[in-house]
Amino acid sequence: MSKESDFFLRRLHSLLGVIPVGLFVAQHLVINHFATRGEEAFNTASNFMGNLPFVTFLEWFIIYIPLMFHAFYGVYIAFSAKYNVNHYGTFRNWMFTLQRFTGVFLVIFIAWHVYETRIQKALGATVDYNMMADILSNPLMLVFYIVGILSATFHLANGLWSFCVTWGIAQSPNSQKIVSYITMIVFLVLSVIGIQALLAFV
Amino acid sequence: MSEQQTATATKTVVFEIQRQDTATSTPYMEKFEIPYRPNMNVISALMEIRRNPVNAKGEKTTPVNWDMNCLEEVCGACSMVINGRPRQSCTALVDQLTQPIKLEPMRTFPVVRDLIVDREFMFDSLKRIKAWVPIDGTYDLGEGPRMPERKRQWAYELSKCMTCGVCLEACPNVNDKTNFMGPALMSQVRLFNSHPTGAMNKDERLATVMSDGGITECGNSQNCVVACPKGIPLTTSIGAIGRATTIQMFKNFFGSDHQVD
Repeated sequence: MSKESDFFLRRLHSLLGVIPVGLFVAQHLVINHFATRGEEAFNTASNFMGNLPFVTFLEWFIIYIPLMFHAFYGVYIAFSAKYNVNHYGTFRNWMFTLQRFTGVFLVIFIAWHVYETRIQKALGATVDYNMMADILSNPLMLVFYIVGILSATFHLANGLWSFCVTWGIAQSPNSQKIVSYITMIVFLVLSVIGIQALLAFV
Repeated sequence: MSEQQTATATKTVVFEIQRQDTATSTPYMEKFEIPYRPNMNVISALMEIRRNPVNAKGEKTTPVNWDMNCLEEVCGACSMVINGRPRQSCTALVDQLTQPIKLEPMRTFPVVRDLIVDREFMFDSLKRIKAWVPIDGTYDLGEGPRMPERKRQWAYELSKCMTCGVCLEACPNVNDKTNFMGPALMSQVRLFNSHPTGAMNKDERLATVMSDGGITECGNSQNCVVACPKGIPLTTSIGAIGRATTIQMFKNFFGSDHQVD
């Protein structure tokens, strides 16, 4: 990796986390929410998304490539830090640490989630309400998915905060505090949407 | 009267000091119990150990080595990790510290001996970012542009940085795995880029912090601003450099016909 490209790669990592990965996560959780309206509503929505024109192209360029870059570069970032919340137990240092821990967990969670759904679909299974209801009938899996969704919403919300700081949108301590509050609301709203949808399968 | 004297004489301060005999030898802990005096700071305690180098077990040992200079928290030389947090030992008052007082060197930097570290990395970084205002030429350049007084007052706060290394020690992203120059250096870029004459080389400093070890190594844990003994708004500086590099990046990418301003 050339030394001058670090800046570009890290900024790209920050940008891709919001657009398109962050937007995709939000959209995914909203579509999942159809499950609260019943099996048929969810299947209709799921079929609509799964049969969008150019769906393979969209999947690769909006989801897989940006997500993989964000994930693998993120793991590198997470493992290059020396964590010290034991000495600096400040709010921001906890957020810094949690951002990296949830990130690494999400790599595992998303890999498993993609294997259980998208890869199974490629192998001939049908992705629908029943498939998810089946997966989530296992209480351990339900817990795994709840932690996964909360990690994703936290990582996205806190990532929005650091996006604003990294790109120089929020500079002063006061503006950074306001962005903190806004992103906390984003976390709460997306978490409620995500967990409600998840519980609709149980 | 005699009772009081005995009471004072038996009151002691306990120190646990991480020792290291050479730059490459294995560190070890050594405990010291020294007589208490009112208004002691960590340095006066270290001086007491130097005067009488006997550890808590009563064994004769080598005096503890440390670095110091100004003794008024403006030089940064006596920085060390005290009870887990990096700070200057001259302003670390024994009465305000929990005992045993644990002293360690700032391991973010190479340890020379005991509590002495080599902060050359920071001085090299200052050279990299051109932390000065260039005024030398082959002819008289004349007067520079005036700096507004209110801006000067603000810049004075940033200029209080003493390159002590405390923010680098507190930062999770300054370590062997990264080349991050550290929060202090980002703030110095902001300081010299704010100076009317210094701003004439603004793009050069930004190019440096957009390269290896620069601004993107920051992970926004914001420990630096908490740790800074001089109260420098380091995270605001980092935000400002984030914005400046964003603009510079677009300038570079879309090909502006000039780089300064």
